[in-house]
Amino acid sequence: MREPVLSVRDLVKHFPVTRGVLFRRTIGHVRAVDGVSLDLAPGETLGVVGESGCGKSTLAQVLMRLIPPTSGTAQFEGEDLFAKRGAALKAWRRDMQIVLQDPYTSLNPRRTVGDIVGEPFDIHPEVAPKGDRRRRVQELLEVVGLNPEHIRRYPHQFSGGQRQRIGIARALALRPKVIVCDEPVSALDVSIQAQVLNLLSDLQREFGLAYLFIAHDLGVVRHLCDRVAVMYLGSIVETGTAEEIYARASHPYTQALLSSVPVPDPTVRRARIRLEGDVPSPADPPSGCRFRTRCPKAQEVCAEQPPALGLRPGTGHATDHPTACHFAEPPRLVRAE
Amino acid sequence: MTDTAPALRARGAEPDEAAAVDESAGRGGLWVDGWAQLRRRPLFWIASTLILVLLVMALWPSLFTSVDPRVADLALSGADPSPDAVLGRDLQGRDIYARAIHGAAPTLTVGLLASLGTVLVGAMAGLVAGYRGSWVDGLVSRVGEVFAGLPFILGGIVILTTFNQPGRIVGEVRIVTQVVLTIVVLSWPLAMRIMRAAALEISQQDYVKAARALGAGPLRIVGRHILPNTLAPVLVFATIQFGVFIGAEAALSFLGIGLRDPVVSWGVMISEAQERVADIPQALFFPAAFLVVAVLAFVMLGDAVRDAFDPRGR
Repeated sequence: MREPVLSVRDLVKHFPVTRGVLFRRTIGHVRAVDGVSLDLAPGETLGVVGESGCGKSTLAQVLMRLIPPTSGTAQFEGEDLFAKRGAALKAWRRDMQIVLQDPYTSLNPRRTVGDIVGEPFDIHPEVAPKGDRRRRVQELLEVVGLNPEHIRRYPHQFSGGQRQRIGIARALALRPKVIVCDEPVSALDVSIQAQVLNLLSDLQREFGLAYLFIAHDLGVVRHLCDRVAVMYLGSIVETGTAEEIYARASHPYTQALLSSVPVPDPTVRRARIRLEGDVPSPADPPSGCRFRTRCPKAQEVCAEQPPALGLRPGTGHATDHPTACHFAEPPRLVRAE
Repeated sequence: MTDTAPALRARGAEPDEAAAVDESAGRGGLWVDGWAQLRRRPLFWIASTLILVLLVMALWPSLFTSVDPRVADLALSGADPSPDAVLGRDLQGRDIYARAIHGAAPTLTVGLLASLGTVLVGAMAGLVAGYRGSWVDGLVSRVGEVFAGLPFILGGIVILTTFNQPGRIVGEVRIVTQVVLTIVVLSWPLAMRIMRAAALEISQQDYVKAARALGAGPLRIVGRHILPNTLAPVLVFATIQFGVFIGAEAALSFLGIGLRDPVVSWGVMISEAQERVADIPQALFFPAAFLVVAVLAFVMLGDAVRDAFDPRGR
């Protein structure tokens, strides 16, 4: 693998749970992100997949320096990301941008599209001279497939898909190296999802972007991602290339997720792994393996020892890509193809 | 990149959705568009005409009447409307029309200054509390609760009798300032709460996150993103409070601690008339009518302005 542009090690984000009005006492912690490590190479797409509430969006916000981490490190092009302050932080923001999930709340309703897409240039005036901005904004609108004439319109005059394109244009304005896509298509219709995903992959080729692509559904990221990391309750349970994950998933949670992806062929019958119950509270996660409360393979050892994310060679549960399961094995049943 | 699923090409797609957007809107900025929208509202023109008349009345009362509102002729006490005094005379035989015209200035001054002061103080505090959060929010909210917990009339009595002995004759500027400050001190928590709630909500919006991710400083975030989106509820609040404050001024006048003779205001007139409503109804009716028209005009204006500057309503 090439030198990663973004390298995250043991990232932890705990939110304190407090009680009391005047004198707040901390009575516990929500472990939203609990020891996540990942690498992102220039120009590649890393998918981060997991259920709602597994900490994906928190991970994105910590990496965007919107909320401070509890512990762990992240390096951006070899520099400590969490140590950046002031001018260095502002300069770094040009290199890493975010596309947010909900196109209806991610655009300020009182500003025109020109204001919204041009705001990066207002904040970083060194990027584009003042007289050049209008042209740059129109160029960006064209790049994301919008009519550059619409520069004076307001967000509410656009559809969901078009709004998401505006959000993408804003993220693209400063020519970042990395874009964090926080479920950019989850709020869109399926037909519009395909268009936005295609746009993202076109832009990746054109500008050499690296994506950290967050999604709650393995189906969506399938065509876009080079590598995939599956998250459960704040930790990565399995990671590998798209091929390894989709064809040879070895963690029971990944297998269950894959079996839930709909197959567009009504004649195909396949075994489905149904997960019972809800995700346990991240404020009080289960001992040992966090997935054990819902895992069909759970045994005593799972409650005692948290499985490490690794290859487990020579144990009978060896895998070709890192998996956090004591009983990792290739899918026995039918593949979710 | 494993596969790029070329079934649907992205660019230039969604033509059917783009067609639904009307072409007339959105040529200028927020204010230009808002003004264009406002100009088409009859309600706006009616309200602003009324307010303009009231303002002229307040600034140049001699344009409307040449009668001195303070001249009393007890022989004419409670006289019915006549060519001599078009709206009749009050208990002390003063010309009600002249008094109502001259009452516009103090009434509007108190209403406007109190609304302005309440909104400025309250909105500033609410904005800081809602945006900064944590201990700043706690402090501002608790202090606001202390002031909001004081009953208005009790607070008004305490403050105004501390500065003026009851029954003492005080200058107009002094008593107007005192009444305005009393109202502001006792009412700012209302505006603060509205602003704080709005700022809390807007601070959580994704577009604020996006601005922070772009590296926007707190001034830009508050000025460009939070304030414009929180202004509408506060503006509406201010127009409603305008009427409430005129009523509060009348209540304080009634208790003998607010505006008082020789100052003429609609509130003073209403409280004076209350004792003899059955005998001299015109003394209560006409200042109350002026009051209602003034309050209505400001509420209508506020309504029209809110509609115009909230693009979601278009």
